[in-house]
Amino acid sequence: MSVDTTKHAAETPDTPQPWAELGLKEDEYQRIREILGRRPTGAELAMYSVMWSEHCSYKSSKVHLRQFGEKAPASDAMLVGIGENAGVVDIGQGYAATFKVESHNHPSYIEPYQGAATGIGGIVRDILAMGARPVAVMDPLRFGAADHPDTRRVLPGVVAGIGGYGNCLGLPNIGGEIVFDSCYQGNPLVNALCVGVMRHEDIHLAKASGAGNKVILYGARTGGDGIGGVSVLASETFDADGPSRRPAVQVGDPFQEKLLIECTLEVFAEDLVVGIQDLGGAGLSCATSELASAGSGGMRVELDTVPLRDATLSPEEILMSESQERMCAIVTPENTERFLEICEKWDVIATVIGEVTDGERLEITWHGEQIVDVIPGTVAHEGPVYERPLARPDWLDALQADSAAKLAQPANADELRAQVLALVSSPNQAAKSWVTDQYDRYVLGNTVLATPEDSGMIRVDEETNLGVALATDGNGRYAKLDPYAGAQLALAEAYRNVAASGAKPLAVTDCLNFGSPEDPAVMWQFAEACRGLADACATLGTPVTGGNVSLYNQTGEQAIHPTPVVGVLGVIDDVNRRTPMAFREEGQLLYLLGDTREEFGGSAWSQVVHDHLGGLPPKVDLERERLLAEILVNASRDGMIDAAHDLSDGGLIQAVTESCLKGGHGARLVVPDGLSAFTFLFSESAGRAVVAVPRSEEVRFNDMCGARGLPVTRVGVVDGDTIEVQGEFTLPLAELREAHERTLPELFG
Amino acid sequence: MARVVVDVMLKPEILDPQGQAVQRALPRLGFEGIADVRQGKRFELEVEGPVDDAALARIRELAESFLANTVIEDFTVRVEESAAGATAPTGAAR
Repeated sequence: MSVDTTKHAAETPDTPQPWAELGLKEDEYQRIREILGRRPTGAELAMYSVMWSEHCSYKSSKVHLRQFGEKAPASDAMLVGIGENAGVVDIGQGYAATFKVESHNHPSYIEPYQGAATGIGGIVRDILAMGARPVAVMDPLRFGAADHPDTRRVLPGVVAGIGGYGNCLGLPNIGGEIVFDSCYQGNPLVNALCVGVMRHEDIHLAKASGAGNKVILYGARTGGDGIGGVSVLASETFDADGPSRRPAVQVGDPFQEKLLIECTLEVFAEDLVVGIQDLGGAGLSCATSELASAGSGGMRVELDTVPLRDATLSPEEILMSESQERMCAIVTPENTERFLEICEKWDVIATVIGEVTDGERLEITWHGEQIVDVIPGTVAHEGPVYERPLARPDWLDALQADSAAKLAQPANADELRAQVLALVSSPNQAAKSWVTDQYDRYVLGNTVLATPEDSGMIRVDEETNLGVALATDGNGRYAKLDPYAGAQLALAEAYRNVAASGAKPLAVTDCLNFGSPEDPAVMWQFAEACRGLADACATLGTPVTGGNVSLYNQTGEQAIHPTPVVGVLGVIDDVNRRTPMAFREEGQLLYLLGDTREEFGGSAWSQVVHDHLGGLPPKVDLERERLLAEILVNASRDGMIDAAHDLSDGGLIQAVTESCLKGGHGARLVVPDGLSAFTFLFSESAGRAVVAVPRSEEVRFNDMCGARGLPVTRVGVVDGDTIEVQGEFTLPLAELREAHERTLPELFG
Repeated sequence: MARVVVDVMLKPEILDPQGQAVQRALPRLGFEGIADVRQGKRFELEVEGPVDDAALARIRELAESFLANTVIEDFTVRVEESAAGATAPTGAAR
């Protein structure tokens, strides 16, 4: 096998190269030639093609993502911002939390189990690379129609993959979402969030500085996994008849990852690393070019020293391989021996593959011959940036004009009762325990709240009971109707969920799942969602710390609903002061906080009863969200409320049903003056929550809400073993439970 | 009754954590000289009636759609003549 060296490339400028097959456009290929002043070698072409792919370079999204930095609210909490492996926020008492959500959508469609499993593995390594111990994961998921045969293939595989990897790794899975909609039929969304905790002084950044320092690759051997995965999988649309190209699927090994975690935390503890980076998409191409460009010097790598699982791999393939469970560290020569010792103790293969130089170039050799000679920044950061054309979709006016107000509302109490049962048993509103019971939610012993609670909560310090809470939300139906408002509603809901559990919202991560950026309508949705989210973060004072963009989520011409998934992290000083969702005590008073309007556009009711999507999503009022959150956090800290549940899709009846079933107590509800029973039960007006107040706290709680100007309405009492809407209908809890809990086992069990 | 054996193996380029775990354990247990281990699955199908081309085609179909995950695994199908009774039952010594 002859190697395409830099010398050979300079001598043979006219050799045809497979740039198009690697996903590059002609002008991008020409740009590479300009940068290098010659044609790229095969290895260089491999590196540029993966690093300049949509997935790694954010070339279509970059111009819009800038707003997250530019509009970011000043926040004392932010320790490390966008651009590192993950953002880091100060959570007090000397602790910092790092969290991030990423997508693994396309691999999970091809091979659901391994796709979802390696999604967990990848995000866990991102968190680990910041110096933190990963403490929990969450999974926002979207699937096609619940009764579609392919959903039966994809969902059980994804759920088993998340459970298998996360459970083996010993990380609790504390929340997430499962949403069904036919728009995700050929494009399920598998997003994964991980949160880690560390002391402030333990933060580590990805950079390679100090000439003479060693570049150490450690973890699993490199194999043919996912070659071209990044550029081919994440940046190309599937053909209508399914995946045709099948690069080697990445297979994860959670036990190897566990060793990697413990090994990495030990080298951190002994302060042995200068810089560190995980290997994810684009593998060594990404790790070497990003580490080198972030550092002060250059880097030289002997690629033939990389330990291989398959000895026949070419240098191009080694550079592009996405083999899992690998990390790359920069270590001073004095510390190298100790670093290797620790790796050996954990049975982790570690190899010095190169060193930092005082030049400015990234040079890679293969058995002594130079195959890569580039300025690392041109690979890592100077990829193309596109101002893609935007166009408000021509169908949007008609969609927004198709208001949900014209839909037939239940004519009598019997119909109302039947629609409540239909709603709480619909796949999107039904209990998700069939899925979440497959995840270990309590391993490590610090889980305070987990699914189906409003947010997942983890105790950080066993002495002081400091904790963090996390929620992820995103409503593609709202975003389809209005992407600007839809993104804000996603943030508002996650923010509200964190506050409902008693934690103060601090910071945001987002996973923006959209269709093809080459479609101006999709690009407009993307731009609007970014603008909406950045504006809302500024108003709420919660900066975006990092996240991920997943484009090309479409089958043929049909894009998914725009689906910005937003994760919010909050902090609670004492987890004993948390507010759970369950109604636990008879006689406690139920209060509805916020304003209820006739808002049914994009609602669960319109989907379940009428299979309708049209009109406008609920109105966004961020000042109200902020006030509501303050009240919920204060009431929780001061012991004024015993339960709280945010109101979102499905409206009040959905929230009350969940809280009643969780607590095993019924409720008597009274329809407030000025509202129809229908609007009271099903409206999805934002900025609302239902709380259970002990009678002894009633006056104090009302006074607080009154003084702060938050509308509060007494809507009932915790009582009995039915949900009774006075003057309308009575539903036994047993009947509700049967309806709510049987749906998923029947579909997938 | 004829027996058809379907062997399912991970494709060569796919990571095999189980095989690797076995391989790592061998030297610890004093077994030297094994360079690599790949672990797979073997299915033994007792076929009613003749094992003709039609039966084998059906078995290939069931292997492809059910026994193997062809995204990450390869399989082979072979007929084991007069196998019934020839193999001692395994696991009887427990």
